[in-house]
Amino acid sequence: MKRIALLGMPNTGKSTLFNRLTGAGARIGNWPGITVDLLSAKVLLGDSLVEVVDLPGIYNLHGFSEDELVVRRFLEAQPVNFLAVVLNASQLDRQLALPLQLKGLGIPMLVLLNMADEARHLGIRVDTAHLEQVLGAPVRLVSAKYGTGIEAVRQELAGLLHAHPKLQRIDTRAFAEDDQIERELDALVSRSVHAPVLIPPSATDRLDRLLLHPWLGLPLFFGIMFGVFQTVYSLGAPLQDGMGWLLGHLKEAWIEPAAAGLPTGLRSFLMDGLYDGVGTVLTFLPIIAVFFVVMAVVEDSGYLARAAFLVDALMSRLGLDGRAFVMQLMGFGCNVPAILGTRIMRSPSLRRLTMLMIPLSLCSARLQVFLFIITAVFAPRAAAVALFSLYLMSFALAFLTAFLWRGRFAGSEPLLLELPPYRMPTFRFLVLEGWRATLQFLRGASGFIVLGVVLVWFLTHYPFDAAPAGPDTLAGRMADFMAPVFSPLGLDSLLAIALLFGFVAKEVVIGALAVIYGAGGGELASLLAGRLDWVQAYSFLLFTLIYTPCLATLSTIRQESKSWPFTLLALAWPLALAWVASFAFYQGARALGF
Amino acid sequence: MPLSLNQLAPAAIAVIHALNVGQDLRRRMSGLGLRPGARVQVIRTSPLNGPMQIRVGHTDLILRRAEAARIEVAAAG
Ligand SMILES: Nc1nc2c(ncn2[C@@H]2O[C@H](COP(=O)(O)OP(=O)(O)O)[C@@H](O)[C@H]2O)c(=O)[nH]1
Repeated sequence: MKRIALLGMPNTGKSTLFNRLTGAGARIGNWPGITVDLLSAKVLLGDSLVEVVDLPGIYNLHGFSEDELVVRRFLEAQPVNFLAVVLNASQLDRQLALPLQLKGLGIPMLVLLNMADEARHLGIRVDTAHLEQVLGAPVRLVSAKYGTGIEAVRQELAGLLHAHPKLQRIDTRAFAEDDQIERELDALVSRSVHAPVLIPPSATDRLDRLLLHPWLGLPLFFGIMFGVFQTVYSLGAPLQDGMGWLLGHLKEAWIEPAAAGLPTGLRSFLMDGLYDGVGTVLTFLPIIAVFFVVMAVVEDSGYLARAAFLVDALMSRLGLDGRAFVMQLMGFGCNVPAILGTRIMRSPSLRRLTMLMIPLSLCSARLQVFLFIITAVFAPRAAAVALFSLYLMSFALAFLTAFLWRGRFAGSEPLLLELPPYRMPTFRFLVLEGWRATLQFLRGASGFIVLGVVLVWFLTHYPFDAAPAGPDTLAGRMADFMAPVFSPLGLDSLLAIALLFGFVAKEVVIGALAVIYGAGGGELASLLAGRLDWVQAYSFLLFTLIYTPCLATLSTIRQESKSWPFTLLALAWPLALAWVASFAFYQGARALGF
Repeated sequence: MPLSLNQLAPAAIAVIHALNVGQDLRRRMSGLGLRPGARVQVIRTSPLNGPMQIRVGHTDLILRRAEAARIEVAAAG
């Protein structure tokens, strides 16, 4: 099959162009010798079916960042018909370096000057005829975001495929020589790019004067994050409830009657295990989708890089950068999308450190559990203090985690980010992005989630003649066995079983307690108040806050890090931290006579 | 006396003399337009010794002062 590789510097609109050219049919795929997944799609161009591959953005053909290695490996291993090189038309002063380097590969090119709209706005004129002559390749102006010039590009691509029908290998010698193209670049830029000497102060400059203000910048940042947060949860929470309601109804009206004839064990497995477990995780889906749309707005608008600028002074001392903090805040809604959001970080070690930190954010699922128990056990005035202290703990432990592990994961990557102009995302983009990201989450995480749900069901139901989640089940026996571990924390075995349920999803903890104690709602609340004093209750809350990330979070970590050892660490570290924190609190409080 | 980029105040304009950084960072910097001979303007700096925002050609960048300290510049009009 014919193949075109799409190449360019980061932030040139390469992904936008790829989506324009390929529509919805893009797939993530592995390529031999390459560790990261690449997006590719099969498109009909003229009369031939072509595979278009989106390569990661690179600054330099000769560099050694992960992305640059990926691009070189791909080009070494995969023959292509030609390269489509995407440049930002308003930044040709530096971006023309890339096609000059690529010329040495001896492969036909098509050069696409994207963001033609912005270049025109800035008064930049480009002599495409001269560029074509020097680069030896056709040059076209396009605007991927608004779709102008795309049809012409498609025809051009089809024409080029006719002219170069054979797959070709690149001349790998070009990788070895680090060419001195600077003089060539200067000459080319001064001949072909005509820009006004003085750039007029833009709307972006004016907005930045406010949003990046030395003293107002941070308060505005927190205000904006709060707004984002509010939007996600005021839109997402009702959708989540709706999803829960829908799943409950489906179960009652269709699935329970259908399963009525099955043997009890199998029915319990299907209903209480698979359906309820997977259903619980599924109710996250609306929040995740809304989150992706809102994050796409924040990211696409160009504000994310500004946020990094604002909080970097603090974060750099923890071995992190500002983008990690944004994701940590997002984690207070739900950890899963926040973990997925770490994709904006290029350095793998920085991403891992952030992924280790995010699960400590007090997500909305944990908040439900806390509210229930705090209201049951604490006096009204103490309740607010207890909740607030849990939020403080969440921050403190996340920073502690980053601080302790920064030596292991510290990115050697210095912060060097482009600050793009503010841009308004299009509606079309937001819908596509939300849809794409949600599907990707489902595809990646579903297998692991089913596995975990089945495991917890088995532990709490085997042997099948015992009362579910009772002391005679495997889980109950495990809890007895673990009693020496939990009793120093003031937790009895029934609470320990509830924690096991919480592994599937933290909000299940209350439901599990209801099953275990055989009491629900207000009855459960007064039961808990009778059985637990505030020290035990707070120890339980602390443990719930910190211990292992929920199944959805863990499977996302696995999917994003592509590493079992790291996933295991992400499971074990918070467990250890939870035990130490609860132990210190419980024993300390008891020693003080509470 | 050689001046480094982190010593410049907001609104100052300078020409890059040398990049005293490793080869890999140099490549990334030059990909972003930071190379000897290029004119840079400091736009703003963030408080508490945070990063600085600079403008090279039509590109705005943020970088930490530690990295800026390794960029040698000469003051220009
Ligand atoms: N004004 C304008 N913005 C664009 C155009 N193409 C892409 N963008 C925006 O540029 C930003 C970066 O685009 P993206 O496709 O993520 O870039 P990539 O990093 O090269 O893949 C996004 O905010 C896009 O909406 C364009 O033709 N004109």
